[in-house]
Amino acid sequence: MNPKMTKEEYKKYVDKKSPNSPILKNTIKAFLGGGLICAIGQMFLNFYKSKGLGMENSFGLVSITLIFIGALLTGFNLYDKIGKHLGAGALVPITGFSNSIVSPAMEFKSEGFVLGVGAKMFVIAGPVLVYGITSSVIAGLIYYFIR
Amino acid sequence: MALKRLGTQSVKFDIPPSVYAEASIVGKKEGEGPLRGYFDKIESDPYLGQSTWEKAESELMLRTVNEALKKGSLSPHQIDFIFAGDLLNQSIGSNYGLRDMEIPFFGVFGACSTMAETLSLGAMLIDGGFAEKVICTTSSHFCSAEKQFRYPLEYSGQRPPTAQWTVTGCGAVILSKEGIAPYITHVTVGKIKDLGIKDATNMGAAMAPAFVETITSHFKDTNRDPSYYDLILSGDLGSVGKSIAIDLLKQEGYDISSNYDDCGCMIFDNKTQDTHAGGSGCGCSASVLCAYVIPKMRLGELKRVLFIATGALMSPTSTQQGESIPSIAHAVALET
Repeated sequence: MNPKMTKEEYKKYVDKKSPNSPILKNTIKAFLGGGLICAIGQMFLNFYKSKGLGMENSFGLVSITLIFIGALLTGFNLYDKIGKHLGAGALVPITGFSNSIVSPAMEFKSEGFVLGVGAKMFVIAGPVLVYGITSSVIAGLIYYFIR
Repeated sequence: MALKRLGTQSVKFDIPPSVYAEASIVGKKEGEGPLRGYFDKIESDPYLGQSTWEKAESELMLRTVNEALKKGSLSPHQIDFIFAGDLLNQSIGSNYGLRDMEIPFFGVFGACSTMAETLSLGAMLIDGGFAEKVICTTSSHFCSAEKQFRYPLEYSGQRPPTAQWTVTGCGAVILSKEGIAPYITHVTVGKIKDLGIKDATNMGAAMAPAFVETITSHFKDTNRDPSYYDLILSGDLGSVGKSIAIDLLKQEGYDISSNYDDCGCMIFDNKTQDTHAGGSGCGCSASVLCAYVIPKMRLGELKRVLFIATGALMSPTSTQQGESIPSIAHAVALET
C-alpha cells in the first residue's frame, strides 16, 4: 500500500471520488412532499373545525389522524417507499415520527412483546423524545422566570 | 521459513486442492440481476418458510450446503470439516443453520471476506494432510443484515449513493484432496488495514486499501503480475471502491483495468435495481464465485482467476463510538 498517502490525504481523495447525493433534487422533493403532508393535515383541521369540534380539539385530532395514517402506511410496507423519495419531507412531519416508532416495533416483534416490541420501539424515536421533552422543560422554566 | 510459505504473507500448495463441487442459492432481487441464469436456485420467499430473518439466513445456508453435497454426490459423513461464517452476531446464521449437520465445524468471521478466508483455511487443511474433503460456506441476508447493522426495514430513511445493498445469498464450495479442476494453487492472507474511513455507508472506500495491500503482496510473493490472470475479482468493493482500487493500484505500478471486475458490481444492475454502489455481504462474493466464476472455469472460459474477497471489520458499536473501519482482504488463486 502506498505509504505516501496519509489518512487525511486518503479521506480527501475518497471525498472527491465518492458521488454526492443529488442535493437540489432531494431538497425540492422534500419541500414539496413535506408541504403535501402538511396540506393534508390542514385539510383534516378544516374538516374537524367545520364539524364544530373547536380549535384545540381539532389540533389534537389532526395529530392523531396523521399518526394513524403514518402507522398504517408503515404497516402496509408503503411509508419507507414514500420516505425514499421524499427524504426529510417524510421524516420531519408527525407521520415520520409515527413511522420511526412503528417500524422497529414491527422489526423486533420476533424478539417478543417485552424485549422486542416494547424495548426496541423507541430505538429511533427515543432520542427525539428525550431531548424534545428536556428542551421543552428548560424552555418552560426560562419562560416561567422571565415572564 | 515454513516450507510452503511464499514471501511475506502467501502460501503455495504442493498438491493444490480441487474445487470438487459448488452451489449457490440467492434471493429474488439477486435472481432478477444480470447473473440470474447462473445460480443453482432462486428463493422467491425472503423468509424461506421460516418465522424470522435470522432463521431464514440459517435455512439458506443449510439448503446451499445440501445442494453442494448433492451436486458432488456426497453425504455429510464424507466431509471432514466445515468452515462457515456470516455477518450476524456470534455467527448465528452458520451456527443454527448447520447444527444438525453432524460435520466437525469451524466458525469463521471475516465480514464480507469470509468466503476467501474459509477457502484459504480449507485448502491449507487439505494440503497439510489434515483432511480429504472440506466444505467452505458463507451467507448473508439483506433483511437480517439491515436489522443488525442499519435501520428497521420499514423505516423511511434515504441511502447515500455510496451505500451498498447486502446480498441475500449463500455460496458453498466443497474442496477435495483429489478431484477435478479448478484447483486452489496459492493463497495470500491479508493484513488488517485502516486508512481512517469512518463512513459506514461508504464501505468500498474503507476496504479498497486492504484490497490493494493484499493484491500487491500477492504479486510480489508469487512473482506474478496482473496479466497472469484472466480475471481478477474483488469481493464487494462496489462501484466506488472499484474505481478507487484501480486508481490506487496504478500508483503501485499495476494496471488491472482490463481484466478486473467486482462481485458487488456484477450481481446487480445498479441503475435498474436501485442498489446504489452495488452488492455487499458475505453472500455476494460467495454466490458470484460459485454461480459464475467456478462454472466458467470448468467450461474452460476462464483459466486463471484471482479471487480477493474484502471485508469491513467494524460493528454497529464501533461505528457509534466514532471508530474508523478496519478492513481486510484475502486472495485465493484458482487455476485449471
